Amino acid sequence: MNMHHFKLHDFAGGIHPPQHKSQSTQAPISQAEIPARLILAIAQHIGAPAKPVVKPGDKVLKGQIIAEGDDFISCNLHAPTSGTVASIETREVPHQSGMDDTCIEIISDGQERWVDHQGLDDYLQADAQTLIARITQAGIAGMGGAGFPTHVKASIPASKIDTLIVNAAECEPYISSDDMLMRECATEIIKGIEILQRILRPQQCYIGIEDNKPQAAAALQQALKENRDDTHNIHLVVIPTKYPSGGEKQLIQILTGKEVPVAGIPADIGMVCQNVASVHAIYEAVALGIPLIQRITTVTGDAVGRPQNYRVLLGTPVSELLRQAQAQTDKIKRLIMGGPMMGFTLASPHIAITKTSNCIIAASAQTLPDPAMEQACIRCGMCSEACPAQLLPQQLYWFAKSSNLEQAQAHNIADCIECGACSYVCPSNIPLVQYYRFAKGEIKQAQRDKQGSEQAKLRFDTRNARLAREVAEKDAKRKARAAAAAKKQAAKKAAPAPATNLSKGEPAPVAAKAEPAPLKKEALKQKVLAAQTRVDKARERLAMAQQQQLETAGALELGLNKQIDKLTLAQKNLEEANR
Amino acid sequence: MKLPNISSPHATRPGNTGTVMLTVLLALVPGIITLSYFFGPGHLIQICLASATAVGCEALILHLRKKPLGFYLKDYSALLTAVLLAISLPPYAPYWVTMVATLFAIIVAKHLYGGLGQNPFNPAMVGFALVLVSFPVEMTTSWSAPSALLENGIGFSQAVTLIFSSRETLDAVTMATPLDLYKHQVAIATAHEIYQDPIFHGPHHEASIALGWQWVNLAFLLGGVFLWWKKIFTWHVPVSLLLALSLLSIFIGWDSDSYVPISLHLFAGATMLGAFFIATDPVTAATTPLGKLIYGAGIGVLIYLIRTWGSYPDAVAFAVLLMNFCAPLIDQYSQPRTYGHQKAVRGLAKKD
Repeated sequence: MNMHHFKLHDFAGGIHPPQHKSQSTQAPISQAEIPARLILAIAQHIGAPAKPVVKPGDKVLKGQIIAEGDDFISCNLHAPTSGTVASIETREVPHQSGMDDTCIEIISDGQERWVDHQGLDDYLQADAQTLIARITQAGIAGMGGAGFPTHVKASIPASKIDTLIVNAAECEPYISSDDMLMRECATEIIKGIEILQRILRPQQCYIGIEDNKPQAAAALQQALKENRDDTHNIHLVVIPTKYPSGGEKQLIQILTGKEVPVAGIPADIGMVCQNVASVHAIYEAVALGIPLIQRITTVTGDAVGRPQNYRVLLGTPVSELLRQAQAQTDKIKRLIMGGPMMGFTLASPHIAITKTSNCIIAASAQTLPDPAMEQACIRCGMCSEACPAQLLPQQLYWFAKSSNLEQAQAHNIADCIECGACSYVCPSNIPLVQYYRFAKGEIKQAQRDKQGSEQAKLRFDTRNARLAREVAEKDAKRKARAAAAAKKQAAKKAAPAPATNLSKGEPAPVAAKAEPAPLKKEALKQKVLAAQTRVDKARERLAMAQQQQLETAGALELGLNKQIDKLTLAQKNLEEANR
Repeated sequence: MKLPNISSPHATRPGNTGTVMLTVLLALVPGIITLSYFFGPGHLIQICLASATAVGCEALILHLRKKPLGFYLKDYSALLTAVLLAISLPPYAPYWVTMVATLFAIIVAKHLYGGLGQNPFNPAMVGFALVLVSFPVEMTTSWSAPSALLENGIGFSQAVTLIFSSRETLDAVTMATPLDLYKHQVAIATAHEIYQDPIFHGPHHEASIALGWQWVNLAFLLGGVFLWWKKIFTWHVPVSLLLALSLLSIFIGWDSDSYVPISLHLFAGATMLGAFFIATDPVTAATTPLGKLIYGAGIGVLIYLIRTWGSYPDAVAFAVLLMNFCAPLIDQYSQPRTYGHQKAVRGLAKKD
């Protein structure tokens, strides 16, 4: 009933890299030890970083919120175990750029004392609001690797959704965390799906799983069969193993034949996609009241003595896991968080596990040798045959290399999902994805620059308008004064002359003296303005020279200083005149 | 412990550009064997000569460009150009023709444009076209007669002599190609009369289309199918090329008393070599799926036009070079539709 004739679609391209999954699926999931210190990055998800609500020295209980989601698109962060907050400081976090970010460090007391928590008993009768609140509270972020806040996807109006897709493809080599989770916790996963169904009320639900995980598929099938609830519209769909079938867009295409429109989201075509581990976390959050404080992480690679999956507290340093998996530290030449296709390298093993860390690969130089030297692109087109987005990687490569951003955009570089299939097949060993990241970055920068220069132009125009207005106003005033003076003169002429001369004998010279003072001030003001303009221009020239790294920059700097001196002098003169 | 930061993907498929070139060379082997079996050892000598010249030129230029020799020579691209050129040339062309062609192919057509991957024109065909227009006598009179039509065949030493020193015995072992013969005879004779020439069916009627040539073409077809199976290239270029050539041969040249018949077009000239090994050179071909179809069809049409109404008996080189000109433009107008887009982008990027 649940696995009946199902028309599968195919996505363009794709590759079949060696799986390397069986190494880590021989043993059941093992509970990792509680480390002495846990390091929790406040940004473990896409969106605004969480805001710490504890301070160093605070005692925390297991499951207590230590940082709050700072926005709708953000996630709460909880203490994975009980202990003391040791510090809140900047540390290296798992990120492709190897950047640093704020982390909360907890020294565990080893007692695992829980904060008060309680699950919902009758969650299948609860209303959507209550369920979403539970998910939000639990701080669940997409556990397949992307880390998009789960409650945001769950909050899409049910009227917009007709299909719920549970992503259990796990298409990247080496990773088996979802596989093992499905084998061991299939019932909970089905219940998690039921919760999502209760919230989103889709007409149908598909679980997409690659055919290289028969045991996991069987476990889910069994769980579906044993479930006493009405699960008739949950379909387990076994799909052919092909990377990247687990990409959200690709999985949607495989299961429904539809494409997510450009720059759109699955909800635009009535779909919502959730990773299977996130679904499990939803069950734990709603039914048991357990927030997301641990996850399954595969520890594998040929430098690891006992590759297997661990149930790991978030914040556990990778080095701890490597020790427990009996890794030969001196053999590790590349340490990867995530899979070998889209994962990123860790510069040090002291970096900690986050909500999205599905796999740690500790590889020797034999399995993952240093990248081979790049050869010339011969446009063989193997990359475009492999591209799941139907792009022309061989063309994008030339555009990226020559910084031809217009052409790169015209060839839809923005639609590259950076799956790495092109680089994988490239016979010339060209790090294509790296080129595309560069071009995408350049395009973003160019857009920012363009925005900036538009703003600058707006500022400049506004300033010009203001100056013109001021000049016009001054002109009008002067004309008014002149008119008034002319009136006075006329009045003077009309009045008897001697009387005026006698009565106002004294003021006349004063007026004559006062006349030049505003004029002088005006001239000084003009001088200040002119000096200001010269300073601005000199500054501009200097900036241009510095940008182009011209040798004349030094001389221009001297010139600028001189102009600044002149400006100061002019301003001083004006002030004196004003006094 | 500080580990290297390397960007994804971390896994790569084994192999490199050299592997691709070697696979193509391997696919040429059946064709080369068949050529040598039916036409004597001329091509083998030309292959050695061209290869030595090509590798020498490549090394010289790499040295001048201060590039690491070993790394670049190991992409075997110069070797492939040399072999393709050598089997395109008449087997008994004098040694200097081969050397000039190779030298020009490697130095001018390849390296002056920036080396592998940068050349807009197929280097082997540039070399071929140069000597074809420069030395027409040597290029048209040096085609070997099928060994089966010669009393004693062609010996190795005789071949060496022909290529390197005396060309006195040349007339005894050379002959017009079947395409050339048919093209010139069809003006004055019927198909039946032309087919009396043993160059088509052999002295004992052992061939059905063109003695020797038909097997050579089949061997190249076999090699081409192997490359397609190995996913070195896609089906688009060869299929559209052969289809265009066939359709024109059928619709225009259906009357074999007036035109060269389709069987000869496909199996008597350089068609299969051109379709699977020359036109598929990815550097100089169109690169989009639709573009490849247009590019291949263009070559097919040009081959037919030049063979039928041009002054050259075969036309692969000129057809390929002419379409090389068009490839960048074709690519601009044949982008595939990207995932999630309503329709494909066509034409150049719009300037703001």
